Amino acid sequence: MFESTELNRRNETRQKLFRIGLGTMTGILILPVVLIMSTLIYKGAPVISFEFLFTGPTKGMTAGGIFPALLGTILLVVVALLASVPLGIAAAIYLSEYASDNWFTRAINLAIINLAGVPSIVHALFGVGAFVIFFKFGTSILAASLTLAIMTLPVVIVATRESLQAVPMAFREACWNMGATRWQTIRRVVLPNAVTGILTGVILEVSRTSGETAPIMFTGAAFFLPLLPQGVLDQTMALSLHLFVVSTQVPNMPEQLPFGVALVLISMVLLMNSLSIALRMYLRGKKKW
Amino acid sequence: MVKLSVSDLQIRYGGATALEGVSFDIQEHEIFGIIGPANAGKTSFLKAVNRMDMFDPDMRVDGKIVFNDVDVSKIRNVYGLRRRIGVVFPLPVGLPLSIYDNVALSPRLNGQKKKAELDIIVERCLTRAALWDEVKDRLDSLGSLLSGGQQQRLTIARALSQDPELLMLDEFSIAVDPVTTMRIEDVLKELRKEVTIILVTNLVQQARRLADRTAFFLEGQCVEVGMTEDLFTGEVKDQRTRDYVEGRFG
Ligand SMILES: Nc1ncnc2c1ncn2[C@@H]1O[C@H](COP(=O)(O)OP(=O)(O)OP(=O)(O)O)[C@@H](O)[C@H]1O
Ligand SMILES: [Mg+2]
Repeated sequence: MFESTELNRRNETRQKLFRIGLGTMTGILILPVVLIMSTLIYKGAPVISFEFLFTGPTKGMTAGGIFPALLGTILLVVVALLASVPLGIAAAIYLSEYASDNWFTRAINLAIINLAGVPSIVHALFGVGAFVIFFKFGTSILAASLTLAIMTLPVVIVATRESLQAVPMAFREACWNMGATRWQTIRRVVLPNAVTGILTGVILEVSRTSGETAPIMFTGAAFFLPLLPQGVLDQTMALSLHLFVVSTQVPNMPEQLPFGVALVLISMVLLMNSLSIALRMYLRGKKKW
Repeated sequence: MVKLSVSDLQIRYGGATALEGVSFDIQEHEIFGIIGPANAGKTSFLKAVNRMDMFDPDMRVDGKIVFNDVDVSKIRNVYGLRRRIGVVFPLPVGLPLSIYDNVALSPRLNGQKKKAELDIIVERCLTRAALWDEVKDRLDSLGSLLSGGQQQRLTIARALSQDPELLMLDEFSIAVDPVTTMRIEDVLKELRKEVTIILVTNLVQQARRLADRTAFFLEGQCVEVGMTEDLFTGEVKDQRTRDYVEGRFG
């Protein structure tokens, strides 16, 4: 009754082949990641120390630490988040919960998708025109952060919108039937259940933002500053730009130093990403339907 | 007193007519049954009463529905209208909130904040929906993780928490076992003292057990409205009604 036929056997062979093939592809895929990480750790780890993280560069950046750059990156990211997260979430709520499906909404959605595809150097130039010159913020943390915010806005909007739309329609209808307004429904039922996805989107944004170089180069990040920034209208150093400078612009650079900088930068990103994954797993464990 | 009066109601989705030429009155404190096969327009009727067409750009309602002597199409505070009307769907919708919060949601939306008051409402509604004994020790666990039948009773409790004047049940027993169905039916018989009930059902015998009067919908038309007993004893105007209640259909 259960002996396998010719067809069964052929299907089974085929499925084995595909499994091996797809597995190999996946292996090839993670190879670069493994190589990059191991090189960085091998060459960069010896440089990293408390001094490296918490003091400024000395001797024309060929010695000392990276504190101003590390702090600068954190500042840039935080200010960018403060601008893009409220704006992005608000826009996503509007698009997903309020906007009716007409040409205008479709145009906005298209614009968001296109915004995501704009190269970062174009964002940089836009930032110079808009924030540095037009709004007269000068080259400053504020101008650079706003440029980053605009650049990452689509990520927040799309992630938020997707997670709002993942909340079943039946929940909303049940609330509306009870006489809840749209906003009451969003506040009490939709948002609490979309929060995982929204957080994931935000963290993804953080990790993207912290690595960007082009958008901040002309708008607020400096090669070298003797002092730490005193406010958002000051310029700042940043890890990504610092990495570019120490690896290409400075003569007599100790070979290890750029690797150290890169390792710190990538660790920051990976830390954020793992936080995001952990958070998602935690919240998914509490999934409510 | 007439609670709900429908005249010449027509419901369309895009170009297709889902219901037309429906006229009848529903008296206060009666259980009004609506029977009929799939696609008859029963659910569409309930949606029109509750003004849920607002959320469906395709749906168009013409004619008149008068609730408490007010034309519902002219009501600007639709939230007030919906609060007076409790709805129970065919498939239970346990909101992803705790059991307690599911039932306390409607009073809270209405501005009730006092824990003591909410406690009373929650216990009363769950008891009436025949669910209290099963959940009283775990009011904090998620409503959406209850069994299907329990969720349906939770949905009923939630509808009752609105303290509705009109309760509309749409094939509520689909996801409920026969024993629980019987218990809910008993609850409905009790409730009629306080509320008016529209009972859409695909179980002809359920209409017979509960409804004072019953309407028979078929393919977008209201074929017949009459005393429920008459429908079953053959006192019908239309042959199709007799065929349907006697199960000789299609
Ligand atoms: N949202 C909608 N958009 C378009 N057409 C719809 C929509 N809802 C219902 N219809 C159509 O309206 C007609 C009546 O549907 P309705 O859901 O009112 O029937 P019903 O009597 O409740 O059936 P059932 O017993 O299967 O629940 C059907 O032909 C259906 O295809
Ligand atoms: Mg239906």
